[in-house]
Amino acid sequence: MVTQAATERDVVLRVNDLRTYFQTRWGTVKAVDGISFDLRRGETLGIVGESGSGKSVTMLSLMRLIPMPPGRIVSGSIMLDGEDLLQLSDGEMNRVRGSKIALIIQDPMTSLNPVFTIGNQVSEAIAIHQNIPKRSVMEQALSVLRKVNIPAAESRMRDYPHQLSGGMRQRVVGAIGISCQPQVLIADEPTTSLDVTIQAQYLALLKELQQDSNVALIFITHDFGIVAKMCDRVAVMYAGRIVEQGSVRDIFNRPSHPYTEALLASVPRMEEDVDRLYSIEGQPPTLHDLPPGCPFADRCQYVMERCREEYPTRTTISEGHDASCWRLI
Amino acid sequence: MTTANAIVPESGAPASGGNALLEAVGLKKYFPVTKGLLISKTTGHIKAVDGVSFELRPGETLGIVGESGCGKSTTAKMMLMLEDPTEGFIRFEGSEIRATDAATRREYRRSVQAVFQDPWSSLNPRMRVKDLIAEPMVINWEISRSEIQERVLKLLNDVGLSAYHANLYPHEFSGGQRQRLAIARALSLNPKVIVLDEPVSALDVSIRAQIMNLLKDLQAEYNVSYMLIAHHLATVRYMCTWVAVMYLGRIVELSPVKDLFANPSHPYTKALMSAALPSHPDTVQEEMILTGEVPSPLNPPPGCHFHTRCPFAMDHCGVDEPQVKEVGPGHTVSCHLF
Repeated sequence: MVTQAATERDVVLRVNDLRTYFQTRWGTVKAVDGISFDLRRGETLGIVGESGSGKSVTMLSLMRLIPMPPGRIVSGSIMLDGEDLLQLSDGEMNRVRGSKIALIIQDPMTSLNPVFTIGNQVSEAIAIHQNIPKRSVMEQALSVLRKVNIPAAESRMRDYPHQLSGGMRQRVVGAIGISCQPQVLIADEPTTSLDVTIQAQYLALLKELQQDSNVALIFITHDFGIVAKMCDRVAVMYAGRIVEQGSVRDIFNRPSHPYTEALLASVPRMEEDVDRLYSIEGQPPTLHDLPPGCPFADRCQYVMERCREEYPTRTTISEGHDASCWRLI
Repeated sequence: MTTANAIVPESGAPASGGNALLEAVGLKKYFPVTKGLLISKTTGHIKAVDGVSFELRPGETLGIVGESGCGKSTTAKMMLMLEDPTEGFIRFEGSEIRATDAATRREYRRSVQAVFQDPWSSLNPRMRVKDLIAEPMVINWEISRSEIQERVLKLLNDVGLSAYHANLYPHEFSGGQRQRLAIARALSLNPKVIVLDEPVSALDVSIRAQIMNLLKDLQAEYNVSYMLIAHHLATVRYMCTWVAVMYLGRIVELSPVKDLFANPSHPYTKALMSAALPSHPDTVQEEMILTGEVPSPLNPPPGCHFHTRCPFAMDHCGVDEPQVKEVGPGHTVSCHLF
């Protein structure tokens, strides 16, 4: 995957200075505050962060599914295949959403409609986006279900979601995601509700699908294990901003932002004994009342005076690897 | 161990016996499946736990790992006396708990406490923190108000909170802090065992290490044993002294933690390890992705429960139940390969 991404070098998705704010009664919540990244064909980008870091709002902004109001995409651009998604009308966006950029949501229990059959829900996406006769819609739905390795796909088409296990349901959600051969597929914690052996099956399936179609994947996750297994590049988010991004090996071998470093050190490992885990003190800050300066300052073991005054500028460490920390300057 | 439990393989019981604090012997829990509204009849049983034996010694941590539906939570409930076993018994400090009088059973309930997965639903939202933590002591101990007050403050301090928090309500706390409250409450009666049911999986990544370290510190300070229910192998490796791997109601492998990770023996244990996520992109993992899903406990496969998904399955695996074999000191496996 890495080599392919390196040779083709073609950027499918370019996000520049995206800002999504929410108006609440406590004030303006800057859920996403100026993030930029590129995504290349066939590449997998992991967006890692804790709850409240803005990773899910990033995903919703990319799909333009932010509830407005209270939310608002304040500025920035999302260039998909040369087209700025933020400039499209709602009707034009409906055409793009699901066909060029698609989404696999976290919880397969709630993302499928309980009163429609599987076949119905898979073919819906195909029928909306492709102008083809009804019979071929059903054929295509069937072939997509086969692609995600659903056993006895013909009879499963007539089943309702509750008749399927969690792993199978998540496969159906995946099938809907890839049904229109999107260029970008966003997976929002797709395996958190699955058991470990089912998770392994699902991750292997996603890799296989990616190799077949060369789709660019964005993995939204809080788990560095998934990043290590699946991703080519990583963006670490904290309090609405990307604090560090780089190739997966850069991040694991040379974590440069103290938050990345601390997060990696606080995860227990299966391969070796650790006497005591490093633990990050305190809690993530609340977003409506961020201090000036670096939001991680209160929990950072290297904090300096400057950190509390001014947000650090982005510093390049090596090609494709940058972090925002005053220590690096 | 006596011959009384010849019906069940003595899976788990490490050779030493003697100094076990808490012991489960051949525990089974079958839930009847009924049909019909007025004249209901039992049509089958869900064999949630199907003959499980293990022991827990003072100051140690026993981890129980497995996927959903393997019976780990039902086992925990039986240990907490929230469910009655269909068969088998639990021994605490040498005496069988269900055969004793009410006073001893009450004493058992005091000595075995629990911390649950979700601190959002396990704390009463209408009670102040000081009352939440004091409640077990008010019910069980005859001590004065000032003594209780003093102990509440000590407990808060021990779990890393301060006296100022005593007057707040649970909703004013974050997830990690709430789990600290749940731990303080569990510790309030000086228990000998705490059952931890997925204590960190509902918390944020950066908070998990705090809670795991706190639990380890408290274990040393209060000399309490833990029974940890988890699905995350790395957490188990960090926290536990013993690990039992469960599949469809049975313990397939039980071992001291070091030995289990150095030398996983049961094919299911190996599959779990290869399915676990790596901690570094360059980690080389054995590729062993299981096909299919866990069969229904309503109608578990005959013979070895795992044979339908086992890559090493032989003909007689689907016929004979495997016996428990010792492959190392205290390390037992139920598999025909051994």
